Amino acid sequence: MSEIQSREAPAAQPPQQALLRAEGLTKHFKVGGTLSRRTLHAVDDVSLAIGEREIVALAGESGSGKSTIARLLATLYRPTSGQIFFRGQPMAGRRSRAQTLDYTGQVPMVFQDPFSSINPAFRISHGILRSLKLHRPDLPARQRQEEAERVFEAVGLTPGHEMLQRFPHELSGGQRQRVGFAQALATRPKLILADEPVSMLDVSIRVGLLNLMAQLRDTEGVSFLYITHDLASARYVADRLMVMYAGQIAEAGPTEEVLARPKHPYTQLLLAAVPDPRAPLDVSAQAEVGEPPKVIDPQPGCRFRWRCPLAVDECQTVTPALRELLPRHQAACHVARADEEVRPFG
Amino acid sequence: MAGEPILDVQDLSVDYLADRGAVRAVADVSFTLGPGEFLGIVGESGCGKSTLLFAIAQLLAPPAEIADGRVAFHGQSLVGLTDRQLAAVRWKDLSVVMQSAMNALNPTKSIGSQFKDAMRAHRVSDRSEIADRSAEVLRMVGIDPVHLKSYPHQLSGGMRQRSMIAMAMLFTPDLVIMDEPTSALDVVAQRSLMVQIKELQQRLGFAIIFVTHDMSLVSHFSDRLMVMYAGQVAEAGATRKVFDAPRHPYSAGLLDAFPSIRGPKVPLTGIPGRPPDLARPPAGCRFAPRCPQVMDRCRVDAPELYAVDGVDVRCLLYDGSSDDE
Repeated sequence: MSEIQSREAPAAQPPQQALLRAEGLTKHFKVGGTLSRRTLHAVDDVSLAIGEREIVALAGESGSGKSTIARLLATLYRPTSGQIFFRGQPMAGRRSRAQTLDYTGQVPMVFQDPFSSINPAFRISHGILRSLKLHRPDLPARQRQEEAERVFEAVGLTPGHEMLQRFPHELSGGQRQRVGFAQALATRPKLILADEPVSMLDVSIRVGLLNLMAQLRDTEGVSFLYITHDLASARYVADRLMVMYAGQIAEAGPTEEVLARPKHPYTQLLLAAVPDPRAPLDVSAQAEVGEPPKVIDPQPGCRFRWRCPLAVDECQTVTPALRELLPRHQAACHVARADEEVRPFG
Repeated sequence: MAGEPILDVQDLSVDYLADRGAVRAVADVSFTLGPGEFLGIVGESGCGKSTLLFAIAQLLAPPAEIADGRVAFHGQSLVGLTDRQLAAVRWKDLSVVMQSAMNALNPTKSIGSQFKDAMRAHRVSDRSEIADRSAEVLRMVGIDPVHLKSYPHQLSGGMRQRSMIAMAMLFTPDLVIMDEPTSALDVVAQRSLMVQIKELQQRLGFAIIFVTHDMSLVSHFSDRLMVMYAGQVAEAGATRKVFDAPRHPYSAGLLDAFPSIRGPKVPLTGIPGRPPDLARPPAGCRFAPRCPQVMDRCRVDAPELYAVDGVDVRCLLYDGSSDDE
């Protein structure tokens, strides 16, 4: 119970000093051969901030650029342009191995597929002890074992000393993903980048991992960037929500606020598509057959305009910028208004 | 349900033969399917739902084999038919749409030429007939027929999956079996594909068996719902009845595992634990180790399917002898 209620608290006040901030983050990939060289704009001019003890959901369809953002923030990719600041310090200045280790320890990543992200040839303890040795060299060997047990118990893998001795094939998918969280936790992180951490798990155990994220936020003070395509799970766990479309942020704000008053037509489309068994039967909804564009050598203009029933002339030529329509609630749409309810979908 | 059932499955059991003995992946599943009916089969990984589909479509490969039971399609038993006999039925009367269209389509052939292969295999050789029908089924699923010339990699995931469904429509079969056709798609594409499947079904009148792990997905589309757990039917009945008042604690738990996008935000727990190892299923009820309403005798007595208000439930809460409360 406490997890759910305390969730609203940090959202009430904007993050004063952002833990991690990105400004104008852009990642382009070259595609095609030498004669047909073109540029895929995976992420275009994204600015975001994640505060202390905050779960921020980044939602969007596949190909929207959400995983690219996670990899940029994890420094697995170098941005084409734009800056990342961690606790006010620009990342571009950090080059040495020690600095990289320090950052990846404080901002670790949890991957989508718990079946391929753990080495099957070693006991579970192998990865986590190595990570402790690497990131916290000051810990003597015996304390490494104790610390590994502590983080295992913190993520619900009990008894820790016994679970550490298991092999990956002896664990269920949910337990493996908990191992992923434990490994992230072992390096005393400030922010965990979780890229679709529950989408490969069975429905009955997903919610347990979402609860774990909220619990780690509350007890260990960790922030999360929770990447998902599932708005319902974002609503369940996230303090703030950012919706991405075609490499750009379409809408952002406190989760409940965005879902209760979605301003961007794309957010409304996503919301209308969520299956809800509790809702009354409604098969009359029209099939929307549009698809997100591949953003190759884009021209100015709104990238959602081909699917948008509200598009006006301005949308064809001017790329909409994120505007604050309501307090802390921004949308990148020429048509959206603060006071009006415009609902083309659902 | 109007008319004779087109599919009659009785006491179907499937074993995977392993060194240390057979593992029963599907145990005593029975159901009938009427013309034009939409049956949703839901369950988690390893519950036997895909194995059941494969057994119905006679697609099992060793080490899996049908251990017991029968599958009758239009009164004809499918179990034990030769490949040649099955070939006459497949695509024409019964087609299967697989989970991953990315792998189900041949990457080296255009969509049109794959359609042509399927039609030729059923002795349709007239070129214009093939071209017309191919264009027609593609239009049915909302894809421009110019894509008959496209190769699978030129289409998006949603379009590939829709072309697979178009291919399944080539001969207007009576039964289409679908194994998680939408699970690789985004919510928006998923929703639009479900609406399209339902529209096609209403227009053409075929029956559907739709397997998914996502209970909420079929909630608005299926007529009947079958919830499977550890190889057995846990609950089966009219979709609305199962959703409005799930009787089996597993169905209730599954339904409560989904955070809602609307309405009040409530803390959820999901269903802690994991499904049993089918090589050594627990004595008594297979869900007992995870069940929030478990009673002492659940660990001893194996429940049968009990009919409660038109819904079949495999739970001792409903066996009529509710002595220990």
